[in-house]
Amino acid sequence: MSIPKKWVGRGVALVTGGSAIATVLTVLAIMGIIVYGGIGHLSWDFIFGSPEKGMTEGGIYPAIMGTFFLVLLMSLVGVPVGTVTAIYLNEYVGQTSKVGRSIRFAVNTLAGIPSIVFGLFGLGFFISFMGGGIDKAFNGGELLWGQPNILWASLTMALLTLPVVIVSVEEAIKSVPRELREGSLALGATRLETIWKVVLPQSMTGILTGAILAISRGAGEVAPILFTGAAYFLPELPDALTDQFMELGYHIYIMSTQSPDVEATKPIQFATTLVLLLLTFTLNFSAIFLRWHLRRRAIR
Amino acid sequence: MKKRIRLGEFLIEKGIAAVSFASLGAIVLIFLFVFREAAPILTMHGDTLGGGHESISSSGDASGTGAAETYGDPVGEAESYGDPEPVGQPETYGDDPGPIGQPETYGEPESDSASAQAAAAHDSTEAMPTESVATAEVEPSEAPTKPGTVLEQILGKDWQPVGDHPKFGIPPLFAGSLKVALIAILIGAPVGILSALFTSTFAPRWAKELMKPVIEIMAGFPSVVIGFFALTILASLVQNLFGLDYRLNALVGGIAMSLAVIPLIYTLSEDSLNAIPKHYTEGSLAMGATLWETNIRVVLPAAIPGIFAAVLLGLGRAVGETMIVLMATGNAALLSPSLVEPVRTISASIGAEMAEVVFGDPHYVMLFVLGTLLFAFSFTLNAIAEIFIRQRLSAKFGGAT
Amino acid sequence: MTENIKIRAGKLNLQYGQKHALRDIDLDIEKNRVTALIGPSGCGKSTFLRCLNRMNDLIDSARIQGRVEIDGTDIYGKDVDPVLLRRKVGMIFQKSNPFPKSIYENIAYGPRIHGVKDKRTLDQIVEKSLRGAALWDEVKDDLAKSGLALSGGQQQRLCIARAIAVDPEVLLMDEPASALDPIATAKIEELIWQLKENYTIVIVTHSMHQASRVSDTTAFFYMGEMVETGPTQKIFTSPSQKRTEDYITGRFG
Repeated sequence: MSIPKKWVGRGVALVTGGSAIATVLTVLAIMGIIVYGGIGHLSWDFIFGSPEKGMTEGGIYPAIMGTFFLVLLMSLVGVPVGTVTAIYLNEYVGQTSKVGRSIRFAVNTLAGIPSIVFGLFGLGFFISFMGGGIDKAFNGGELLWGQPNILWASLTMALLTLPVVIVSVEEAIKSVPRELREGSLALGATRLETIWKVVLPQSMTGILTGAILAISRGAGEVAPILFTGAAYFLPELPDALTDQFMELGYHIYIMSTQSPDVEATKPIQFATTLVLLLLTFTLNFSAIFLRWHLRRRAIR
Repeated sequence: MKKRIRLGEFLIEKGIAAVSFASLGAIVLIFLFVFREAAPILTMHGDTLGGGHESISSSGDASGTGAAETYGDPVGEAESYGDPEPVGQPETYGDDPGPIGQPETYGEPESDSASAQAAAAHDSTEAMPTESVATAEVEPSEAPTKPGTVLEQILGKDWQPVGDHPKFGIPPLFAGSLKVALIAILIGAPVGILSALFTSTFAPRWAKELMKPVIEIMAGFPSVVIGFFALTILASLVQNLFGLDYRLNALVGGIAMSLAVIPLIYTLSEDSLNAIPKHYTEGSLAMGATLWETNIRVVLPAAIPGIFAAVLLGLGRAVGETMIVLMATGNAALLSPSLVEPVRTISASIGAEMAEVVFGDPHYVMLFVLGTLLFAFSFTLNAIAEIFIRQRLSAKFGGAT
Repeated sequence: MTENIKIRAGKLNLQYGQKHALRDIDLDIEKNRVTALIGPSGCGKSTFLRCLNRMNDLIDSARIQGRVEIDGTDIYGKDVDPVLLRRKVGMIFQKSNPFPKSIYENIAYGPRIHGVKDKRTLDQIVEKSLRGAALWDEVKDDLAKSGLALSGGQQQRLCIARAIAVDPEVLLMDEPASALDPIATAKIEELIWQLKENYTIVIVTHSMHQASRVSDTTAFFYMGEMVETGPTQKIFTSPSQKRTEDYITGRFG
């Protein structure tokens, strides 16, 4: 009796452990392959150069800067809105209130909507409705805002990453002890003064974490910007909100599927992927570190 | 102690409340505006579509409120769109292929001819497909003319959106999405759940500490990176391993997609496994059950609702994910039972074709119809998953909620 | 006698959802005296204390009926601003809760909120408050140090200093010494004796010894009711109610 039972036990441990090991190995393999394929082509010239000769040579500087501007604009909108929402959910409405619950449901739903649908929304709302409306009202119908650009792409991306910011800031706000709020209120501070002077300073780490996670997500998403602003090739950096822009992820997609010579540009593709991967890694790990820091404080 | 009026604070607090409704507003707007662009399909029928552009662009802008009404009751409301206001702005950013380029699909010969000009010139008198967002829910009789064509065309076996005789049959795309998602779940769910079971129960401490960052890394892979990996490495690997005819196919897409799904399923499953109260486990162990018996017979069943929710959300991710399928599946809209032939999914169709269509064009509208389908699908899955997760919570807290 | 009454609660009732936490409380609290509220845990003494500066307002489900008058004004009246009320009625909590800021900033927080901007005035307030809380000599050289770096007893005195920095008339103390060692507790009790010269103090305590040491008047709470009140001496030696006697002699609670 006992021997087969022991074997079954070992089998179960083996199967579950095997899955875990397979997962780890897969991740390591993907990373290894991309590093191996890309490291040789990585150089300062590659990072700070423009694509040349029909994008078969040269660097990816415009794509890096385009990504930078995209996530910058996105954070300028998404982080404040997400922070304010998290504050409202935790400081103004109770866990059980109808308003709070419906906003929470909306945030969860927002987190689950496919990114391509955000792209469609950007096209239908920002470009066609807002942009088209602006053009009709102020531009005499001439096409300026009613076409894909970095502003609409950033706004679309801000919406996509909003749940990331909210969840992360909420976690930080929750870790601020209730006693501190009461201490402030008992001194005759108003609710807003308490939030501004006690809760927010204590939540800065969480806000930063949220911003980083959102940026990491935003830098990696391609589907929402496919038709809201990303450009195939634009050697100039965007200098107006109505400009289109190059973007790292989109560049990888373009280079690996539509490059004039897919085989010859393999090194460029790998190196671009490596740059994107390094970027998201750095961002994710700083977020993990900050969160760890935050949790340690919460425990204490 | 007389009440003091703090106007500034009052306004700021109102502002905070207003901003916080942004997410709620976003959901409504997303639905409205994705649906708004898709709505003209409800007023189109074979002849108007075949007739060309004018009628389409004139119906290009059904009023938002009208769209909202239909949300409430999608069945049989097609008439409410009967008289579209000519507010449409059929701008054609796709006319100029310059900077946008032609993000055309890799390894898909037949739509290489795709171009905005072609899409803009439908002179064919042939009946074009007309269908509703709520697809099957709209009875054929509700198409103003040619009863039956609506359903027939949307259930057509071909998706050939460009050319002289465009065909907008959803089934091949649906089958594509289904194949890829099923393969992804068939691989991702067992691996994710078993790994989660391992780390939350059997694993030694160091293994738990190792898994955490690995899963975080995996979750942090941008989908375009997974797509790139699948396109350049995985595809050849799979082709050589199984001796396949096509390099890019549903199987490659599914395997790649499982990489995106595993971290999600793992994290949510682990959450629900860890949420099982300790006294469950201890009670079982105290009765002389071994560790694995306890884990399989007590912990796992108790966590089933949460794990089910995890799989559902994984399915939602697999169906909605775009870049991976766009790069790894070959993008040919074939309707076949084979898992090793190229497929084109719903999301990939939107991603690949939207940049080259004309605003207000039937093809444009059709892509928004696909988007509405995706939205509705993910919304439903989320709602169901939420119910399961809440059920688990209420079980945990004694049915208080 | 009546002109000496600082706080008067009349028929005060409080419900949390279905739970009736306070029933018909009538209690007069005298000016510049220490009033101790004693009773077993969950008897409503802390809840009552929090009614006196409307901290219960923060709990959505709490419903309050009855009157609480401070200097003859009903603090639950429509035109009373709870924020201004709390400035007049300070509170010290069970767990010391200094802000994660410097000692100086902790004390300056309240005055700043109430509009004091002048640096010298702030300096004066900080020194006066720290002296008032018998903490000045211990911390005068490192006012820039974090309030969290102080010992438990010092933190609690910092909180007292912070409370008196906004110049209140009443100090509510919710088991201020329950987390402290005997020496720190003795310091706090000594401080309470000094403070009553200038402030009306209401202190909740679960230690009967503490109540007998620091208070002039004692009120005994039981199951949401105020059972008995009177001079501390009398309550501890010859209570008129059986329940009070049982509690005092340690038969329950």
